[in-house]
Amino acid sequence: MSYSVTEPSARQKWIAGILVALYAVITILPLVWIIATGFKTPSDSIAYPPKVVFQPTLEGYVNLFTTRTRQTPEYMAEHPPQTWAERIVAKYDMTIVGPSRFGARFLNSVIIGFGSTFLSVFLGTLAAYAFSRFKVPLKDDLMFFILSTRMMPPIAVAIPIFLMYRTLGLSDTHLGMILLYTAVNLSLSVWLLKGFIDEIPVEYEEAALIDGYTRFQAFRKVVLPQAATGIASTAIFCLIFAWNEYAFAVLLTSGEAQTAPPFIPTIIGVGGQDWPAVAAGATLFLLPVMVFTILLRKHLLRGITFGAVRK
Amino acid sequence: MAEIELRHVTRRFATTALDDVSLTVPDGSFVVLLGPTGAGKTTLLRMVSGLDRPDQGQVLIGGREVTALSPAERNVAMVFQQYSLYPHMSVRENLAFPLKSPLLKTPPDQIAAKVQAVAETLRIAHKLDNKATALSGGEMQRVSIGRALVRQPTVYLMDEPLSSLDAKLRAELRVELKRIQSDLGATFLYVTHDQIEAMTMATHIGVLDHGRLVQFGTPREVYENPVSLYAASRLGQPRINLLPADLFGGAPAGATTIGLRPEQIEQGTGEDSLVRRIEHLGDQTRLHLTFRSHDLVTVTEAHSPLRPGDILPIRPKAPFYFDASGARLI
Ligand SMILES: Nc1ncnc2c1ncn2[C@@H]1O[C@H](COP(=O)(O)OP(=O)(O)OP(=O)(O)O)[C@@H](O)[C@H]1O
Ligand SMILES: [Mg+2]
Repeated sequence: MSYSVTEPSARQKWIAGILVALYAVITILPLVWIIATGFKTPSDSIAYPPKVVFQPTLEGYVNLFTTRTRQTPEYMAEHPPQTWAERIVAKYDMTIVGPSRFGARFLNSVIIGFGSTFLSVFLGTLAAYAFSRFKVPLKDDLMFFILSTRMMPPIAVAIPIFLMYRTLGLSDTHLGMILLYTAVNLSLSVWLLKGFIDEIPVEYEEAALIDGYTRFQAFRKVVLPQAATGIASTAIFCLIFAWNEYAFAVLLTSGEAQTAPPFIPTIIGVGGQDWPAVAAGATLFLLPVMVFTILLRKHLLRGITFGAVRK
Repeated sequence: MAEIELRHVTRRFATTALDDVSLTVPDGSFVVLLGPTGAGKTTLLRMVSGLDRPDQGQVLIGGREVTALSPAERNVAMVFQQYSLYPHMSVRENLAFPLKSPLLKTPPDQIAAKVQAVAETLRIAHKLDNKATALSGGEMQRVSIGRALVRQPTVYLMDEPLSSLDAKLRAELRVELKRIQSDLGATFLYVTHDQIEAMTMATHIGVLDHGRLVQFGTPREVYENPVSLYAASRLGQPRINLLPADLFGGAPAGATTIGLRPEQIEQGTGEDSLVRRIEHLGDQTRLHLTFRSHDLVTVTEAHSPLRPGDILPIRPKAPFYFDASGARLI
């Protein structure tokens, strides 16, 4: 660790504190808004001026997870609501007829997001190790080529990919989306991880080779533990991309493998967009990346400041 | 234990790190490699260990050709010049790591016993549960020596293993390593810059000059009968004095340089020199002399009465003569 030689003065600290707080408010406000909207009624959610204080309700979450039908008042009188969820929808003369597709879409996001993250990091680590340690012919050109796949926005190749996927039967499949996101993330993953692995002195592996281990065992027992920081931060970057990706998801998935991002905006309520349900979906959608990042944050912080810290 | 043989080993990088080196390290011997930085000492050890392969030539261990084998298949132990403790492991785990390898698959109770024994030999038993990164440089180096000593490999390769230890510990471990080597009858190939290590531990010394093995022999041979000016400069404390050959007269034809070790300078007879400086080192005294405007250094008895400014007659006694290329003449 290195520390600044001169301590900032009290006034400088105050100014810095205020700036940070201001920035935090600006970035956190939309998040708070979404989370709050998830607990509003539809009418509160579109009230103008926006309501800061409101009666919280789980209506948005109930609507998010269920499909409902409208019933006649007679039917409602004959079949009184049984559960808390049914009581909420009964206000609108509705009954719950089954689960919505949100659960399945969310699961798709989990499978595709984590699946492609795993694959990107797995392949990326092996490739980065090879680039870092072995004599690869045309190494620099290959590394540049790998990077160059990120020099245009991936969506620029949407049409060929769409046609390819249709021909190969990969449209709207988990495998197709995992492969696609892996392909996009792999260049980032190889570059980031190569940087991390370059920093690990080869002497450690050589010592393990001498100690009677094979190259692969040395990689697993000596390199991997030391690359953990790099792997964790790379995984977070890959997950964030795959998890939030919208354009390809809209284009290539519609049912079976549809992820949450294209699904959430299609949640329609009575008489238009059901904003509380959309906000509830968005809130739940934020959670996994947040949890994943918090779990790995120690690694992430070390990863981002890599090179600046004493090893 | 086993004999090591290098046959015409050449290894090129941008420079030629090893140039047609042929060398036999006899079974049970302690061979010290000498040479200044960049001479190819580490490269030679890497050839034997299998971490690097020769461009030309062969490596044999115990009579078996191993040139194409991996380090694990050669079953050698090596102490590296720098970095080599696994930073994510404790000292204990570091020492146990070679024993747990698929090569040895030692049972846990034997691992514990061996680790403990080695740790005690190297005086690091109290640090066994430290993280490897929470050690001083000297402690780290002892752990890396320990990692080699827990095994019974075919040969031990050590690259300046004692260089970052303090003088006292170095003296102790020098004796300890030598004892281990004789007890086990182990074959050691050992790199050092330290004169005393070379002279006291070695059964043979190999002198490397820009990748070529220029002399190989017992410490006495290399000291008393160096083949070249370069080899003569490797050993001796204080260093050999190198002066123009004609300074004293009696030089053979073709000689350009005369080499005088302290014991090759007879004091009290001959031509006058001026005592410039005196260093009392305790057990000996170093004299810095000026002889016909050339500086030289020699030793005298501990309680020498000489003082700066005194005149001391000196004369060469069985000196070495070298020609312009540095080769030894007599
Ligand atoms: N991996 C490598 N790539 C390029 N050149 C190398 C490599 N390893 C060694 N060399 C070169 O080979 C020569 C011999 O190096 P080596 O490390 O064997 O020297 P050394 O005698 O061990 O020196 P030192 O006393 O400094 O450890 C040097 O000129 C060095 O620059
Ligand atoms: Mg070296």
